[in-house]
Amino acid sequence: MSPAGAMTRAGGDGVSGDGIVISGVTRSFGEVTAVRDLALRIALHSRVGVVGPSGCGKSTLVGLIAGLDDPDAGTIEVRGRRVAPERLASCALMPQKDLLLPWRSALDNACLALENRGMSKREAYARVRPMFPKFGLAGFEDRRPSQLSGGMRQRVSFLRTLVAEKEVLLLDEPFGALDSITRATMQQWLREALDREPRTVVLITHDVEEALVVCDEVVVLSERPGRVVERLASDLPGASSRRELVASPEFVALRGRAMAALEC
Amino acid sequence: MLDEAQQAMAVATPSERAGRDFPRRRPNRLLQLGPAMLLVLLLLGAWEAVVRLGHVATYLIPAPDAIATEFYDGRAVLFSAAWVTLKEVLLGFFAAVALGLGLAVLLHVSAVLRKSLYPLLIGGQNIPVVVIAPIMAILLGFSILPKVIVVALTCFFSVVVNALDGLRSVDPELKRMMKTLHGSRWATFRRIEFPAALPSIFTGVRIAATFAAVGAVFAEWSGSNNGLGFVMLQATPQLETALVFASIVLLAVMAVALFGFVSIVEHLVIPWAFDEKGRT
Repeated sequence: MSPAGAMTRAGGDGVSGDGIVISGVTRSFGEVTAVRDLALRIALHSRVGVVGPSGCGKSTLVGLIAGLDDPDAGTIEVRGRRVAPERLASCALMPQKDLLLPWRSALDNACLALENRGMSKREAYARVRPMFPKFGLAGFEDRRPSQLSGGMRQRVSFLRTLVAEKEVLLLDEPFGALDSITRATMQQWLREALDREPRTVVLITHDVEEALVVCDEVVVLSERPGRVVERLASDLPGASSRRELVASPEFVALRGRAMAALEC
Repeated sequence: MLDEAQQAMAVATPSERAGRDFPRRRPNRLLQLGPAMLLVLLLLGAWEAVVRLGHVATYLIPAPDAIATEFYDGRAVLFSAAWVTLKEVLLGFFAAVALGLGLAVLLHVSAVLRKSLYPLLIGGQNIPVVVIAPIMAILLGFSILPKVIVVALTCFFSVVVNALDGLRSVDPELKRMMKTLHGSRWATFRRIEFPAALPSIFTGVRIAATFAAVGAVFAEWSGSNNGLGFVMLQATPQLETALVFASIVLLAVMAVALFGFVSIVEHLVIPWAFDEKGRT
């Protein structure tokens, strides 16, 4: 197990320090303890994939970090802030289902956070419209979600999360609802999108491969009550495409270690 | 098969580009009504035939042509009565929609109000209009007011219950996400909860539209000096059955027109709720 403080990305681009510090966190719902004595340190601008068996408290963890929920014991700091509303101010959540608003066009959906901040529609459009081509959505601005494919809906959903301009992105199984081919394309795409827009990312997934492809660190949680059982650096240089990456021996070895940690 | 890197560069995959041309099926609504129209014509024909061939007395069941004649002969009475009833129906209906939506929002926002008022509302729904109408007539006399109140009461519950249901059944995950997108309580209400509840609200309003005319007739039966209900009440003991039938036809037309109006407004306000069907 690598030390809890390992920072793989900090330093290189002039950003350092802690993004998220979780220590001794326990959260129960009635009889069920979702996470117990969980400790996790996530460096600023690093991307951490959190994998674990279903029901290991991954989604609880997201709610806790985001400040939508408070732990029963322990502390959570997001960029040095402990109080729930202040954590909320730093976090944006991208849920599993794309949850686009069916009555809004793709552009209006992406503008949601700006409108919530009181920006006029025109201003918001001027800000967000130029981002559409980069997200492979050029020409689809006025489409309603029902007229977009699953992959496009997830990209609009991701864009909407980015536009909130929060330091921390919490991606809760963002591609869980997609077919495996679209999923593979989206993983590669998300990697590149995050290279362009560096943020502190927590990617919740049940797919070890996805975590290894998108993130530079992978944390394996135990069965409920969830705690960290393995932490792997997956900063694999060199490979440009997902396919090359997935086929490399280093990747295969890492995946093996992660899978082994999942099973114990 | 495209190379993956290549595919990622051309971010919109071919299957997604095809999304540009999702067929927008707009079936001709008049054509859709065809079978129903045909059935009505067939039934009218059968009715006419049975009455004529069976020599059924007109005061028992008038044939469609006798009703049509009555329409012409009694047009002055019928249309002035229909106008009176229409006013009651519309005023009562719109009052119910406005108050019903208002109350639903209040009940949605305040847990205290919801806990105290909602059970009473459900209980109140079980009091039949037939019972309330005479009380309103005693209290408020023969003016239009008791009728409007009875129509409103008839429509009110389905509006409130459906609106509240729609407001409360918004995906909680959506509200969580909204919080992380700078969404205040008010922003969540106006950008998420209210639009999400609109399909359910329209369901309630459409049900209300079908009940409104019934409420008006009950109210007129309990005490009135004009309106289609009054005409029916006058015509029945005199065995002017064709006039009763003509009144029924006008009431039905009124109810269908109101229903149609609500459906048109629904299509204009929430078109997304219709292109959604079959795709999620």
